[in-house]
Amino acid sequence: MKSGSRLEKVLTAGKFAVTCELGPPKNSNPQIIKKKAGYCAGKVDGVNITDNQTAIVRMSSIASGVIAMSCGLEPIMQMVCRDRNRIAMQSDILGAAGLGIRNILCLSGDHQKLGNHPEAKNVFDIDSIQLIAMVRKMRDDKQFLSGDPIKEHEPRLFIGAVANPFAGPLELRVMRLAKKIQAGADFIQTQCVFDIDRFGEWTELVTEAGLHSKVYILVGLTPVRSHKALLYMKSNVAGMSIPNELVSRMESANDAGEEGVKICLEMIEKVRKMEGIAGIHLMPIGWESITPVILERAGLLPRPEV
Amino acid sequence: MLYTENKPIEEILDCLGEEKNIFLLACNGCADICETGGQQALTTMKRELEKAGKNVSGTALVDFLCDKMLVATRLAREAKNLQKADSVLALTCGIGVQAVAKVVEKVVHPAANTVSLGGLHGLWPAEELCRACGECVLDYTGGICPIAFCAKNLLNGPCGGSQDGKCEVDKDTDCAWQLIYDRLKSLGKLDNLARIAEAKDWQQSTSLEQRKTKFTKAML
Repeated sequence: MKSGSRLEKVLTAGKFAVTCELGPPKNSNPQIIKKKAGYCAGKVDGVNITDNQTAIVRMSSIASGVIAMSCGLEPIMQMVCRDRNRIAMQSDILGAAGLGIRNILCLSGDHQKLGNHPEAKNVFDIDSIQLIAMVRKMRDDKQFLSGDPIKEHEPRLFIGAVANPFAGPLELRVMRLAKKIQAGADFIQTQCVFDIDRFGEWTELVTEAGLHSKVYILVGLTPVRSHKALLYMKSNVAGMSIPNELVSRMESANDAGEEGVKICLEMIEKVRKMEGIAGIHLMPIGWESITPVILERAGLLPRPEV
Repeated sequence: MLYTENKPIEEILDCLGEEKNIFLLACNGCADICETGGQQALTTMKRELEKAGKNVSGTALVDFLCDKMLVATRLAREAKNLQKADSVLALTCGIGVQAVAKVVEKVVHPAANTVSLGGLHGLWPAEELCRACGECVLDYTGGICPIAFCAKNLLNGPCGGSQDGKCEVDKDTDCAWQLIYDRLKSLGKLDNLARIAEAKDWQQSTSLEQRKTKFTKAML
């Protein structure tokens, strides 16, 4: 075992994994995290704790992760390259591991211009691929990025990375995934999939390159309860592909919430049949209470014993 | 005035790889003063390459390689020798390399690292930018600089926000990595990007280096 995390155990046992997302609050109230944790505790194999997503200031992912852990959840600490240099990142990686965090997800991070502090100076000392390589070096080579030895208690983290099948150019997306795997990624979570056809194209290229057998791929899925949410994401969220048919299907539904759940269940059904898909990553933005409902109806509960 | 330093010859030979016929192009402007360009550097580089078993298919000295008009006009006289070359080795600053890459449909390798803008900006007449990072990566990226043009200075390809060739920060701005992809693809050099670019040594571009510009030396 590289980390001994539950997520690692589920994936290496060949079980279909389920992770979800928990966005920390824009204040210091732990109760908000505990409330959100209540919806998914015991029902998922890991929960992503976002790191100031969309460049909006929130409680730190380490602190929020530890609070989530106290509710029985296994956190997947997200870490972006926008706000910290390699010194601060390695320091936080040691701290997170010291606090019991066993999974990390490495990302570049949305540009600060998209957030609530566009006047900030960004860092990007290293990029997401270099971050993956750094965490792997700390864990497997027992060395800091500089080569200095970590003499004992190296941080043992299960390393995740992201892939966006909908950003351009497609050919480079697959090359970049290969680089992330080469750098040390153990699992991949994808951008939310709404456009199943384009996702299929990407998956085909990924399997052609044999990458699906080198890394566990979890498909990102976002249930929505109104067509307006889709329209908002279409025009405001970077790197999304949302087919118009999906928007009109949501718009014409009598019970939009139920329709949103149905769409998500259909997606789960489809991706489970795809070659090289090891699990799903649910991101019900602002609708955390739907997570257990969807998992129950998809037949993904109870989670396997590992 | 842009300050440049020669890349080690080993690094240059590594970049040239299997390429046999090399066209040498040197800048006679700032690079001449820094001794990374000019006639002398051109002669030295020609000797070094031939010693390493390369064939120099032609050479040209241009006053300002950052000026695409000058480059294009001068190279028009070298069409034949340029045609024979597998690639171009440019003895110039980061802006010069980018300008040449825009003019020539060949791989353009940088022979120098740009370490400082020397406090005098705006000398170059076009849209190419150099951040004087001191570890020129233009060889890897086909002559388009991700340090200057990617909003996140990414070295290993585009972030997830690149869509329809545009940057997530501004829909009217090209994604630098889309441009890099297009350029490398047209040169048949996309494989460049399969290699992981390691964490950069930012020491080469710290303010200390900027403050130690060799302005006085150049004035003498």
